[in-house]
Amino acid sequence: MRAPLIDRTTGIQAGDVHAWFDKLHALRGITMTIPERKVTAIIGPSGCGKSTFLRCLNRMHELVPGARVGGRVLLGEENIYSDGSDPVLIRRRVGMVFQKANPFPTMSIYDNVGAGLTLAGERSRRRVEQVVEQSLRAAALWDEVKDRLHKPGTSLSGGQQQRLCIARALAVSPEVLLMDEPASALDPASTLRIEELARDLAQEITIVIVTHNMQQAARVSDLTGFFLDGELIEFGATNDLFTRPTDRRTEDYITGRFG
Amino acid sequence: MDRRYRRRRWTNSAMAVLAGSCTLAVLTPLFLILGFLARTGLGALNWDFFTQLPGAAGEPGGGMANAIAGTLVLVALAAAIGIPVGVLGGTFLSEYPGTRLSRTARFAADVMNGIPSIVIGLFAYVLIVLPLRHFSALAGGVALGMMLIPTVMRTTEEIVRLVPQSVREASLALGIPQWKTTLRVVLPTAAAGIVTGIMVGVARIAGETAPLLFTAFGNRFWNWDFLQPIAALPIQIFAYAISPFDDWHRQAWAGALVLVAMVLIANVAARYAAGRQVKLR
Repeated sequence: MRAPLIDRTTGIQAGDVHAWFDKLHALRGITMTIPERKVTAIIGPSGCGKSTFLRCLNRMHELVPGARVGGRVLLGEENIYSDGSDPVLIRRRVGMVFQKANPFPTMSIYDNVGAGLTLAGERSRRRVEQVVEQSLRAAALWDEVKDRLHKPGTSLSGGQQQRLCIARALAVSPEVLLMDEPASALDPASTLRIEELARDLAQEITIVIVTHNMQQAARVSDLTGFFLDGELIEFGATNDLFTRPTDRRTEDYITGRFG
Repeated sequence: MDRRYRRRRWTNSAMAVLAGSCTLAVLTPLFLILGFLARTGLGALNWDFFTQLPGAAGEPGGGMANAIAGTLVLVALAAAIGIPVGVLGGTFLSEYPGTRLSRTARFAADVMNGIPSIVIGLFAYVLIVLPLRHFSALAGGVALGMMLIPTVMRTTEEIVRLVPQSVREASLALGIPQWKTTLRVVLPTAAAGIVTGIMVGVARIAGETAPLLFTAFGNRFWNWDFLQPIAALPIQIFAYAISPFDDWHRQAWAGALVLVAMVLIANVAARYAAGRQVKLR
């Protein structure tokens, strides 16, 4: 029997997370506990800091010149912002899917999915082959591409490319999967497929999904956090948040009074 | 209304004609040169030209085999120096654009691009010819290599910068270290453009004469020793063109034709190789 692709997962605890772009104070102290094996959605109007927060969870925020992060993010027991922690290793444990599908343009479908392994020095072709198939199956893409694995990744449709990126992220066996508006550039049918996929994957892995689409958050997530101006206004079970918001601002947002 | 519309249509076609004729004006000299070279040069091209050493002064016959080989050697030497330095330097400029080092290097490359080639030749003369006490292929290769660096560096920088940030992020988010991301993901994505940039640079230096005059110097015989003077097509063309012999004049034309053909073939080959890569944008 093969080893499962995702062999462990973990929750995330953000404690007083601040983020800056140069002088701009984009996150003003976010504290939230993201449970494992659940889909946690983050909603909020444009510019509220939801993507920035997501990028603080795998140390991608600091790649922007002038960006800084404060506070702590516990991945399991480990604070990913402690002095000894290596962003490269953190990013292996916390995978990410971006707003726009971004397959490596020079690589085939197969090489795209295997990239995380081969570029990290995996030598065994058998193992890469196995993981590529497992990842493509997990991303519900295998049946569509198994006969053209060596075609360029960019030859796929937009929705397929996004699932390819999910497969690529899963291939390195992350413990958490971050999704940054993964369906915002897709048509409704492809969007639904991505949402179903997120639901299925959540049985094995913790998922945090940023979306500006409230229906999507309602459909896909177990918990929802509402961000506004760099602060977490409300966080709770998705059902409660959408039916009985406790904060006036949440209510205004989900009833469409602004944003 | 109708008048204005007609006027606009007239302006539109007039501008189209103007732009078209400017394009023709660019192409005309190119085809004139190629045509003229072919007409005057083809007559003196024969098997001997590619296989024989130059004949004695004034005697008909002989060829430029050593000069053709010499140009290839010099370009190879220059490429060995200019391509690695240029590509890696350009990559640095693009990936670390704000650092003091890259600002200085960018400025230096632009200045070097503007330095007259004869001055580069003088520099290689002082740097290599004087200490070694004689002209050499090495000195010529270094001079050409120094001319190649800034062109390759600046085009590499521009092309690598075109690689979308999202491609870099995709790689970094997989936990692939920065250096590997640059080397294995960013550079391959930019490869087609980098190759084109290299070819433009190589085409330019292949025809340079001034930096070779007192470095490679020219040689009437075969030479495979990097530390000895070596023949080169541009020098040979120059020497033959100012000679008083009709046969040498014809051979100079043939040499020019061969030089242009070499550059053209290399360009087409590189385009073909690059075209098989994935296109950016």
